[in-house]
Amino acid sequence: MDAILLQILNGLDKGSAYALIALGLTLIFGTLGVVNFAHGALFMIGAFCAVTLQRILNLSFELVDETQKDFLGNPLKVKTPYVEAWFGPDIGGSIIDWAVPLAILFAIPIMIGVGYVMERGLIKHFYKRPHADQILVTFGLAIVLQEVVKYFYGANPIQTPAPDALNGVVNLGAAIGMDIVYPVWRVVYFFFAVLIIGGIFSFLQFTTFGMVVRAGMADRETVGLLGINIDRRFTIMFGIAAAVAGLAGVMYTPINSPNYHMGMDFLVLSFVVVVVGGMGSLPGAVLAGFLLGVLESFASMNEVKSLLPGIDQIIIYVVAIIILLTRPRGLMGRKGVMEE
Amino acid sequence: MGILEVKDVGKRFGGLQALSNVNLSVQENSVHAIIGPNGAGKSTLLNCLVGKLIPDTGSVMFDGQSVLGRAPYEINQMGISRVFQTPEIFGDLTVLENMMIPCFAKRDGAFELNALSSVLRQNDILQKAEHMLEEMNMADKRHMHAAAMSRGDKRRLEIGMCLSQEPRLLLLDEPTAGMARADTNNTIDLLKQISDERDITIAIIEHDMHVVFSLANRITVLAQGTPLVEDDPQNIRGNPKVREAYLGESA
Amino acid sequence: MFGLDKKDTSKLIIVACLALLAPFILNPFPTDSALAQFNAGYPDLMQRFVIFGIFAIGFNILFGLTGYLSFGHAAFLGVGSYSAVWMFKLIGMNVIPAIVLSVIVAGLFALLIGFVSLRRSGIYFSILTLAFAQMSFNLAYSVLTPITNGETGLQLTLEDPRILGVSATADGSIPVTNLFGLEMRSTFEMAVGPWAFQFNAGYYLCALIMLAAFYLSIRIFRSPFGMMLRAVKSNQQRMNYTGLNTRPYTLAAFVISGMYAGLAGGLMASMDPLAGAERMQWTASGEVVLMTILGGAGTLIGPVLGAGFIKYFENIFSKINDNVLHTWFSFLPDGMEDAVVFIIHPFIGKGWHLTLGILFMLVVIFLPGGLVEGGQRIKGWLSRRKSKDGGKAAGETNPAE
Repeated sequence: MDAILLQILNGLDKGSAYALIALGLTLIFGTLGVVNFAHGALFMIGAFCAVTLQRILNLSFELVDETQKDFLGNPLKVKTPYVEAWFGPDIGGSIIDWAVPLAILFAIPIMIGVGYVMERGLIKHFYKRPHADQILVTFGLAIVLQEVVKYFYGANPIQTPAPDALNGVVNLGAAIGMDIVYPVWRVVYFFFAVLIIGGIFSFLQFTTFGMVVRAGMADRETVGLLGINIDRRFTIMFGIAAAVAGLAGVMYTPINSPNYHMGMDFLVLSFVVVVVGGMGSLPGAVLAGFLLGVLESFASMNEVKSLLPGIDQIIIYVVAIIILLTRPRGLMGRKGVMEE
Repeated sequence: MGILEVKDVGKRFGGLQALSNVNLSVQENSVHAIIGPNGAGKSTLLNCLVGKLIPDTGSVMFDGQSVLGRAPYEINQMGISRVFQTPEIFGDLTVLENMMIPCFAKRDGAFELNALSSVLRQNDILQKAEHMLEEMNMADKRHMHAAAMSRGDKRRLEIGMCLSQEPRLLLLDEPTAGMARADTNNTIDLLKQISDERDITIAIIEHDMHVVFSLANRITVLAQGTPLVEDDPQNIRGNPKVREAYLGESA
Repeated sequence: MFGLDKKDTSKLIIVACLALLAPFILNPFPTDSALAQFNAGYPDLMQRFVIFGIFAIGFNILFGLTGYLSFGHAAFLGVGSYSAVWMFKLIGMNVIPAIVLSVIVAGLFALLIGFVSLRRSGIYFSILTLAFAQMSFNLAYSVLTPITNGETGLQLTLEDPRILGVSATADGSIPVTNLFGLEMRSTFEMAVGPWAFQFNAGYYLCALIMLAAFYLSIRIFRSPFGMMLRAVKSNQQRMNYTGLNTRPYTLAAFVISGMYAGLAGGLMASMDPLAGAERMQWTASGEVVLMTILGGAGTLIGPVLGAGFIKYFENIFSKINDNVLHTWFSFLPDGMEDAVVFIIHPFIGKGWHLTLGILFMLVVIFLPGGLVEGGQRIKGWLSRRKSKDGGKAAGETNPAE
């Protein structure tokens, strides 16, 4: 029982990353009709926003401290981050410690900006081109973005820890008399994902802006005929989608140290998630994200693995292939979206 | 027995009964028009004949064989060719290549892995395609990209492609829709000539009464998914039911 | 010649000359000169040119003709490599059975994946192939370790049975791959003045096979089958209503291109008998997409050019470093020299992929026909200029420029 609950947790946790990326991908596909292979790169850029903020906060000056000596008896050079010098060691120290959550604030404007530039500068010109061209050009862009990041940050994974307070484990089962020990940060990630997903949905549901966008997703031409400038809103949606991918990346850094090719690694999976959920369906993307996450973590249980060796490696793809063949519009997709 | 026998065909889309109790008999070597106001189910019926849709009830027999459950290409190989409302041709290929493809389909069937011989060595196919191009008066355009032609020419090419398969039944879906008067008249002449010179049955779905009455020797009127009357053109003209169906639409 | 028309024959001859004279063409710099490091006429590098050429030619038969964009072709290359290495382990070191087996196995594998994937088209097809390739990659890394040897990759050992050969040579080492006794690694060096040219048996085997593969692809392009594939790309609806079943056509194209990939994989293993799962990763499939499109998808010679171009500049760019740049730009004033080097620096050495990515994007945006279209545009521009000049200076004899 404990084991199963633990796997469900694991699954929801993995699934929240899938769901967030797939959500952004679907927003872009649903609004702009563009298949964006550079979406994984946006996730990666988000992660490196966290790395960058951490580095900025750790910018230090050196002071020669005469009171301390190293083992040779020379005065010790002490590095002090500017932040600590300005806010005092306590506040400054915790600012540095909380670099990853703070990076959320840092990443939002950057990601919206990146998304805006990407859409206006490149994607815009590909609305009328075939999907294969869109795939190709965004694939090229993904390569360029990851190489740029590699140039500045190197090829090795960079450790970006969570704040100390959120770094431990917590027993989630205590309340119901069970023993389910789970890393705090992963719990935080899950709730963060739920929050973002909820935010996006209520934004689309309850604001006029969201209403217009949804109407545009359903029938672009009619909305355009009403004299509403849908393109502008879609551009903004692209920025928002980029921000969602970026935030997913920011929060993911303590779970997996970011490296330049993490975007490509996630890309295939997130496309699979989108397809399973149904191209262009937001609830589908979220549902499929969590579902596949849970399936994957169940498949990696030893009991299952001993029955079907290797199933954990391929379960997601097997599910995707079956779904694509039997129900091409995915779990919740509308009929006719991209079915030739 | 007609060459095409449609019996009790019905088709439902969700809550909409698109076709019900459709009975239709197309006689060999006739020109049979199916007319009706918008939403009468003409296109649905056509799609049931060519395998794009499968009707919920009833049967469709072509030359004594059922077409139901067969893929479009199989039905085509049985001898039914279809001309679309907007010309469906191979836009990236040259006009001559467009004409060669149905010739290959006629000679080699639905699939033939003919990967090593050169297209240019297929003398029989080349001759046939060139001949058909001349008949369609477009031999001078043979090396043009098909997509670059005018709409009227595309229509001609499409009809020529269908004819080069030597079909027994030619189905036309509003062949003059969106055409200028001159193009329309050309198309009428072409179809007349085809029906006079060839051993072929033509079934045509049309909106334009001018086209219908210039061509058809038998007319079925479809309204609200079911046949209203089937008769000769002169009788259809005076039929009050038909007037009502059309007036009801325009009112 | 060979049942080809004049134009195609000349294409074949050009490619044949390039391939057979590659040891000269790629080694333009004398051995002692400072530029010698930019020579590319080394056996292993030249082998890679032609092997990837085969891979891209095959990919082009699918993508260039039918428009189906597969992101999983590296899986077939990987499968081909594994099959070839197994052949070396079990049967013997002759490359012929290994290559034959790799083509057959890759073909069967492609038949399976193609049969399933081709039930969908467009983006769904791309994602299906992507999923299959990633699945094969994951399996090769995990459960299939007994066949693939997991992360280490499949290698030859002294214990391999090799029933038609020897497990170990007389001096106790692993035997090398050969073609009826001609060792693939054997290289004849020819010194002409300050130049040294290398003629490698393995390279020439690969080059000849590539020429055969290229010739075959010309035949396919010009055949009724090739025309049908272009028709599939142009209008599937019309295909169906012309009595043609598109599924077997696309499947045949998929299997043929899978067999080309397997052939490339088999040759790769024949040149260097090891195989690893990383050859199957989807980014490796992406590489052949880059090659084909950069060169010109749907054209005959494009994929060969693309493969050669990418592999050549990968080699050149990764060898350029700041020192080299400083010598190149030393004619500039100091500050400017540094600035120029600083600007170029991210694009060279390890930054080659950045250059490639940008180049690829530019091609997709501005030159959908790839290098071939670029060449044609330049040719068209030149001939227009020429005719203009001719018009202006009518009667004058054109100096041969």
